Amino acid sequence: MSDSKPQTPVPATPAVETKDPLRGYRGRARATLERFGARVWGDVKATNDAGSVFEGVILPRSETFDDEHIVLKLKTGYNVGIHYERLRAIEEVGYREAVYKIPEQAFPSRPHLPSVTLLGTGGTIASRLDYRTGAVIPAFTPGELYGAVPELADVANLTTKKLFGVFSENMAREQYVVLAQSIKDEIEAGAAGIVIGHGTDTMSHTAAILSFMVQDSPVPIVVVGSQRSSDRPSSDAALNLIHAVRAAGTGDIAEVQICMFGPTSDRYALLHRGTRCRKMHSSYRSTFRTVGDVPMAMVGDEITYLHNDYRRRDPSRRIRLDTSYDDRTTILYYYPGMKPDLVDALVEKGYRGIVIAGTGLGHVNKPLYPALKRAHAAGVHIVMCVQTLWGFAQMYVYDTGRDLLDLGVVPLDNMLPETALMKLSWVLGSTDDHDEVLRRMRDVVNHEMLEREPHNGYLILQGGLPETDEFTSSHWK
Amino acid sequence: MTPSASAPAARPRVSSFPEPLDYAAVGLISGLEVHQQLLTEQKLFCRCPAGRFTKTHDGTVLRHMRPTLSELGVYDGTALMEFRTRKHIIYLLNRENTCTYEMDDTPPFPVNQTAVDTAIEQCLMLGCDIVDEVHIARKQYLDGSIPTGFQRTAIVGVNGVLPFRGRSLSIVQVSVEEDSCREVTDRGHLIVWRTDRLGMPLIETVTGPDLRTPDEVEEAILLVGRVCRSTGHVRVGMGASRQDVNVSVRGGRRVEIKGVPKAGWAPALVHGEGWRQVNLLRLRDELHRRGLATPESIRVETTDVTEIAQRGNVPVLRREEWERWVQDGKRRRTWELGEGPLTVLAVRVRGAAGTLAWPTQPQRTFADELKGRVRVIAGLDQQPILLHGEAWPGDAMPLLAEIRAAAHCDDADALVVVWGPERDCRTAADDIRMRYVAATDGVPNETRQPFEDGSTDFERILPGADRMYPDTDSPPTRVTRERVERLTASLPERPWLREARYAAAGVATSTAHYLVRRGGAALVDRIVEECGADVKFTAFFFGERVKGLRRSGVKTGAIPFERWAELFRAFETRPPLRDAWAVIVSRMAVTPTEPVADIVAALGLDTPAVAWREHVAARVQSAAGETYDADPGRVLRYASGRVTDPLRGRVPAVEVVEAVRAAAGAVR
Ligand SMILES: [Zn+2]
Repeated sequence: MSDSKPQTPVPATPAVETKDPLRGYRGRARATLERFGARVWGDVKATNDAGSVFEGVILPRSETFDDEHIVLKLKTGYNVGIHYERLRAIEEVGYREAVYKIPEQAFPSRPHLPSVTLLGTGGTIASRLDYRTGAVIPAFTPGELYGAVPELADVANLTTKKLFGVFSENMAREQYVVLAQSIKDEIEAGAAGIVIGHGTDTMSHTAAILSFMVQDSPVPIVVVGSQRSSDRPSSDAALNLIHAVRAAGTGDIAEVQICMFGPTSDRYALLHRGTRCRKMHSSYRSTFRTVGDVPMAMVGDEITYLHNDYRRRDPSRRIRLDTSYDDRTTILYYYPGMKPDLVDALVEKGYRGIVIAGTGLGHVNKPLYPALKRAHAAGVHIVMCVQTLWGFAQMYVYDTGRDLLDLGVVPLDNMLPETALMKLSWVLGSTDDHDEVLRRMRDVVNHEMLEREPHNGYLILQGGLPETDEFTSSHWK
Repeated sequence: MTPSASAPAARPRVSSFPEPLDYAAVGLISGLEVHQQLLTEQKLFCRCPAGRFTKTHDGTVLRHMRPTLSELGVYDGTALMEFRTRKHIIYLLNRENTCTYEMDDTPPFPVNQTAVDTAIEQCLMLGCDIVDEVHIARKQYLDGSIPTGFQRTAIVGVNGVLPFRGRSLSIVQVSVEEDSCREVTDRGHLIVWRTDRLGMPLIETVTGPDLRTPDEVEEAILLVGRVCRSTGHVRVGMGASRQDVNVSVRGGRRVEIKGVPKAGWAPALVHGEGWRQVNLLRLRDELHRRGLATPESIRVETTDVTEIAQRGNVPVLRREEWERWVQDGKRRRTWELGEGPLTVLAVRVRGAAGTLAWPTQPQRTFADELKGRVRVIAGLDQQPILLHGEAWPGDAMPLLAEIRAAAHCDDADALVVVWGPERDCRTAADDIRMRYVAATDGVPNETRQPFEDGSTDFERILPGADRMYPDTDSPPTRVTRERVERLTASLPERPWLREARYAAAGVATSTAHYLVRRGGAALVDRIVEECGADVKFTAFFFGERVKGLRRSGVKTGAIPFERWAELFRAFETRPPLRDAWAVIVSRMAVTPTEPVADIVAALGLDTPAVAWREHVAARVQSAAGETYDADPGRVLRYASGRVTDPLRGRVPAVEVVEAVRAAAGAVR
């Protein structure tokens, strides 16, 4: 479920396959191919003005590339681009169209194993590679997954449902609602756990909104993805998937949780609470961190629980849904010198809820006050989180904080800004009454605000210090 | 290909391979893949410093490689093999030379354009046609030598040609690629790599299969090396250039001898591989004669003979010995050691009697082929890896008889015994079967590790073109004709042209090769051009004299061109200074900023010798008195020694010798 967007030839998947024999080529390169009567997937001998002969298959070209080169996959496996002006001859000696098909093997059903449903949202969990184009062909059906990650068959009996195919940044209201409904349907149909395949970029947003929309789940709901693309031999995808299926099928935590690599080494996954988790590195495998608390569990061959403050698996519990959602909400990331007209503009455009990621304990500058006051008067609900991510909005400490309280800005303690945005959207989906909104925002659903922060809930080791270096050089990263 | 990660372990040297081979008759052909590190400040796809090697680490990462299915839904041969070995892979990181890119936790940065320029320059030297758009590809490696599981590589040039022995050596392609990790240890199921070298830019030059004899292979390696080095933009020294030598004979298959560290190793390796393939083809014929011609015809059965072995007198098969070995090597379960209790497994190969002692390479047999595979694929690495019925310890024949009986071996069968953790023994038995299956087909495509004695051992199954696919993280690089022309304009003279020019001036071939190889030729040519120096003298000066001085420890590398130019101008104006070159250059090396004129003055070489002939005569006179015998030759040598040193650099040596002679004559 990595969001890698290939830059090199992006061949169409079967669903969007075109019949254009010169797929991706335009302008001068296209004209040149037409002149030589050549086509994509043609097995050719191309000769250039230096007399060099290139033997290989003409590949489709990415439309974002220039119109001056023709790309060949040589017999040796390498690709080269030949400039159209230098081409002297193209002789087609064969034709080999890529076949985008993943081998399926029946997923073995074992009665003693739990049944887990995998819901797909987009991206790829496991994949097969098309060596000719570099295209990553997603494996998704149980049979395809079994072909790619056979270990899954020892963990659970797997059912899969592809809900939609979008990059994670395109997940929004419509998808959240479908996802929540599907979770309910699958659980009521008897699934012992749910796994959601998801791109990592907005994984924590999805985990947060599901934590509010889906309540009293009797079984685990596990969101999983991969940071390093599943076509690479060193990918974290397969191991993450195995861990997630284990957490869903046999784990005891009946909450929405994120399952991703703990360290960057192939060791174990961590289960992070859906409301307290954040992606902290754009590409590292161990990118997810529980903020303000410790993770719930480690998943390896076994599951090791790190604390017992969680909702237990209980098949008798009845799942409830509340898929209310109003997306006229936003996060205002405060910076010094922010102009009040920004707030006015949001009000004018009809936004109903604003999460301010404030500085320090939850502050903004004075010139903003009148605008906030106007917004409040216009019925816009304003809540305050801290952009430090760790720590609490404590607006009683300084005058600025107290002034903001007087303006109707409500502090949300140590709720993460993204979680606050998701919750505010959810709350506004069902009420517009200011007092009710504020009551519900401060009414804890699932640890989105904590009463206390354990000292090991905040750990960012500072590299370069002797004790840190001693730790990092004696443990696998 | 990634070059071999570590220098092969030393083995006892055998004098030579005595059996001659008629290379033309067996149809031996060979080609090269020469890897040469480029001299850049930074690595190819990240901004880490290139060439900063470390022996320590401050971080470690544990990874595993999972093969990706190929197009037909089957695993690539190498991929499958490497997956079966179930290796834990540990990377040792040092933040001085490694960032999160090398760990595969950050995508590649735009390709280092200086490295691409240098690669283009190399391609031009090799006579290649430069490709118009360079596309980065990923080449899969599952042995862990690269943390991503693939090497980023791109073709830069194709279709080159080098003059070679009056004909030509074709250059099929030149690619620029990132170097791999260096292997630290490989024991059991744990392989450890260091990442300092990882990501350094190198070029791989692939020649056509144009070489016909072992000597030609050595010569071609040296030629390609000189061509690459003549630009001065490549790294030199240990590990900076490695070559894979591809060899096959008629009816055989391409075998890649990987990471040959020195050209001088090549002849014995190529000769040995020629013999190996000839012998494997003979073995194939013998197997066919016995009706063992298809995969199904190879029947292998295993019998657990652990308890029988405990009653026998072969120590390596006994539990005490095993436990001692495990303890001494600090081997941990599932890491350096596989899973399961010690098992001694008898492997019966039906109808294969006599094949284990079948000669392959000089002084090696088919059993060595099995050993290599068992060691690499099953991870059984306790020497001697396996035992077999055709070279059984002489004092343990009763045990052999007992094992044969237990395994139901009759006289027609071959028997191999392996030992170690149970699961690995099963993998080994299966691999022995697969190696026999391959033997029915002659020579398997393999990558083999070279040893200095000319032998080789199995390293991995040779991967096919199937493991290459485009790198979706990197956009292609346009190479304009203008860029190619700019690089062409600044290209140094082709080494063969330079060598011909030197030869015409009377420079010895070995001196010329040295200068081209070590980059001194550019200095020679510049001195000749700017100081009007004589080519032969200058070549000899740098290629022999200064080389000798450097080998004796004088750091001449610090001397800038301007100082050399001053020296050669001083030689022109004051020819006797040439005799004092060694003291002057030694001082230049210590204080490279000091003008040569000052050095000459400080050494007292700038004062003309006054009345030196009289001084010589006097010294010779006294020398005659100081020596006890009147042997004139002895007197002459004694006197020369005493007068030459103070006059060196001030008076031409020949004149001093003449003066001494004259004075000695007068004394007599
Ligand atoms: Zn780096």
